Amino acid sequence: MSMRLRLTAEVREAIREHGARGYPNEVCGALLGSEASDGEFREVTALVPLENRREDSARNRFSLTADDVRRAERAAAEKKLELVGWYHTHPDHPARPSEFDREHAWPWYSYIILGVAEREPGEMTSWRLADDRSGYAAESIEVA
Amino acid sequence: MMTVKVMIPTPLRAYAGKQDHVDVAAETVGQALNSLILQHGELRRHLYQDDGRLRSFVNVYVNDDDIRYLQKEATPVKNGDTVSIVPSIAGGAGA
Repeated sequence: MSMRLRLTAEVREAIREHGARGYPNEVCGALLGSEASDGEFREVTALVPLENRREDSARNRFSLTADDVRRAERAAAEKKLELVGWYHTHPDHPARPSEFDREHAWPWYSYIILGVAEREPGEMTSWRLADDRSGYAAESIEVA
Repeated sequence: MMTVKVMIPTPLRAYAGKQDHVDVAAETVGQALNSLILQHGELRRHLYQDDGRLRSFVNVYVNDDDIRYLQKEATPVKNGDTVSIVPSIAGGAGA
């Protein structure tokens, strides 16, 4: 499998802008878009920026409630899109999934991570969890 | 036994024969989920930890009610109820 995620330029910029604005805290949101029938190619055409619910350690953790997830699913349905994944930032950390990320992930979703160093958005990566939860496969990002 | 509909979230449909729901016979939420993973064993690791408890980010609803505020997995279900599985999303840079 070689998985690809295409972002519109507006989506990419909106994630970068959200990450910079939220620094030094982690920010997060939902990725809305559509998936090709082979399951390997996805396009993200809209975002739902969401509020990081963690108040205790928002610099290195984020969380969204089940209600946030249901709201994002409804937003996707209204736009006739699918909720295909999530984005979050790693302030002053590399854009690589952590062990904590892995424990809290499901397969299928695309997980975008944006590194933000001293308020400057940096590397953006995307990941999918393996079927057996053992690790992640990188998904290449294209900007339309 | 009551027949309840367990809704399968999109990310997990690949492990449930691509179905968006599975009908199961059960009297409690716990029995409904057990019946689901007996039919579709690959779902287990994405819903449960190794010690058999539901993963902390996996939320279960009967109709619109979170079972944490009912009787958790012992929550009774009745004919025609819908059980939904909704993740909460968490992560972070670690250390």
